[in-house]
Amino acid sequence: MDARLSTEQRELRDAAARLAGDLGPGSVRDLADADRIARLEKAVAATGWRALRSDGASGVEVALVAEEFARGLVDVPFLGPVLAGDLRPGDAGDAQPWTISVRSEAIDARIQRVLAVRDGQILTARTGAELPGADLTRVSAEVIGPLEVAGQLSGEHAGRWLALALAVTSADMLGAARGAQALACDYARIRAQYGKTIGSYQAVAHPLAEGLALIEGSVSVLRHAAWAVDALAPPEAVRAAQIAKVYCARAALTICETSVQVHGGIGNTWECLAHVYLRRVLASAELFPVGLEEIDCGLS
Amino acid sequence: MDYRDSPAEAEFRDRLRTWLAWRGGRAGSFPASGDDYWRRQGEWHQALYGAGFFGLSWPREYGGQELPPVYDVILDEELARAGAPPRPSLGYLVQGLGRHGSAELRRRFLPGMIDGTQRWCQGFSEPGAGSDLASLTTTATLVQGDRAPGDSADDDGNDAEYVVHGHKIWTSYSDVADWCLLLARTDPDVPRHRGLSAFVVSMRQPGVEQRPFRMMNGITTEFGQVLFDGARVPADQMVGAAGEGWALAMTIVGHEREPAELGYSARYGKLVRDLVSRTKGSTPTELTWAYVQTEMLRLHVRRRLSERLDGVAHGPEGSLDKLLMTWVEQTAGHAALAVGGTRDPDLLSAYLYSRAQSVMGGTSQIQKNIIASRILRLGG
Repeated sequence: MDARLSTEQRELRDAAARLAGDLGPGSVRDLADADRIARLEKAVAATGWRALRSDGASGVEVALVAEEFARGLVDVPFLGPVLAGDLRPGDAGDAQPWTISVRSEAIDARIQRVLAVRDGQILTARTGAELPGADLTRVSAEVIGPLEVAGQLSGEHAGRWLALALAVTSADMLGAARGAQALACDYARIRAQYGKTIGSYQAVAHPLAEGLALIEGSVSVLRHAAWAVDALAPPEAVRAAQIAKVYCARAALTICETSVQVHGGIGNTWECLAHVYLRRVLASAELFPVGLEEIDCGLS
Repeated sequence: MDYRDSPAEAEFRDRLRTWLAWRGGRAGSFPASGDDYWRRQGEWHQALYGAGFFGLSWPREYGGQELPPVYDVILDEELARAGAPPRPSLGYLVQGLGRHGSAELRRRFLPGMIDGTQRWCQGFSEPGAGSDLASLTTTATLVQGDRAPGDSADDDGNDAEYVVHGHKIWTSYSDVADWCLLLARTDPDVPRHRGLSAFVVSMRQPGVEQRPFRMMNGITTEFGQVLFDGARVPADQMVGAAGEGWALAMTIVGHEREPAELGYSARYGKLVRDLVSRTKGSTPTELTWAYVQTEMLRLHVRRRLSERLDGVAHGPEGSLDKLLMTWVEQTAGHAALAVGGTRDPDLLSAYLYSRAQSVMGGTSQIQKNIIASRILRLGG
């Protein structure tokens, strides 16, 4: 029994964090910087990480990149293409990425080609008009036909794919929560009132301390779920991933709301990045949502 | 990374499962909570140790097995599954005495502590020194041998001893303890953190008076209170040097905060399993959330014990684990109420007991102060 990351996994995580730190948006204004997005797109495409799954990487590696990309608010497609890659193994040579559709909506829809899963079949389609949504870093779109059958999906593969989708969307929420937590802590260290930094007041410090504990708990459930994607039988992998999704969703929402609160008035403005993290968490919670009523507390 | 058991771990788990099934079936099971649990806790400790399932990662020299730390997770998981009591929460005392005690003290006291033949308590908190532990006022005063001339004891100065006066509170196990790891002031004239020393004090002597509290759930055997009025402790039972008591206290409270050390994950797992088995029809959301939380803690302990393979130092991170553990217990307490209401005495007791978790071993407020100032560096 060993829950530690390997050296290679830590290096992948660090590389993803560097890329996101260098080219992700550092402010709300950066979200509209087309040159930056183009550089980010080029850099992400060059890593080949969108094809991690079709290249045979495990759920752990995919989740690590998803977490770091969300922490750095990476605003070019990743979740969609990496989940599409799992449906099209061995397709790494195909230079143009695919994304996926979830409940008839294409996610990460800056990509034109869409894979949908329906009744054990993999269907191809195209993205249509953009849809309204909370997320300022990723867009969703309508799916337009004609739908064409591109392959079959076994029950086993479908289960594993769902577990992967739950794990990587959990990782996305954890990463965004970590970004929101860091933003709030930075602010609490410099913002002064009554002659002292607000972080020195327990009323501000304690919710931030709680946030860090929630992050640690989230890391522990998520890591197991990401490992389970490939290592356990699909029903068990899905169960582990549902637990991670429920836990990470609650934790991330709390952390992002705390970040807004710690920023005070400015935290409630468009200019503060806190809502960009919060919006990303809301979007990822809604993708492949899990409710408590779906969790099986069965005794093994 | 692999969360599965290695062949050796799987063999250990099977052996443990078999033993627990045998104990639970033919040999009679142990109570897992309440006064009955505390009354028979020593017996449970010795049974667990005797069968080879306790003290797993501790040095062989003192009766441990020097197994990797993750074996404790297997123990916790199987105890929860079998509905057995948790492992005795002694890790922090073993760490404290092991790290700060002399070779002589370690040889003398660790084996009995680990095998359960000697019971221990920890005398830190006082009525006026709770969160602010360094303000404690219990004194230990050095007196040179005051035995009568011609006494058979050796007369070469080795009979120096300290006399203890003071009032300790929240001393779990104190009324059944043979020994107390006591923190007392030995020098009132230096800055307060530097005037403290630690001792191994016998609880079986005149000058030690027990006045246990009744907890709000009715338990009478856990919440100890001890008055020291002239109790004596040989000078060679000081742990570390004079004035080094604070360092030992910090080692102990650091470990006392870690679910990996305490084994409480098993207690919560057992409670939630009990609640699930009592539920007919749809599961209350409080219970499902408690289940998710206990799974989180189980996996968190697996991660923490794995990290120990890298020799990760114990620092303020223990406070994060203490907060997580507290939320799990108190969520499980709410689930107990949701399932049993207030008419089931055991479940009501589990709920009421859960409220203490955010106080014992350092309040949640103190944990958050530590996280904020020492990890997040928020100032203040």
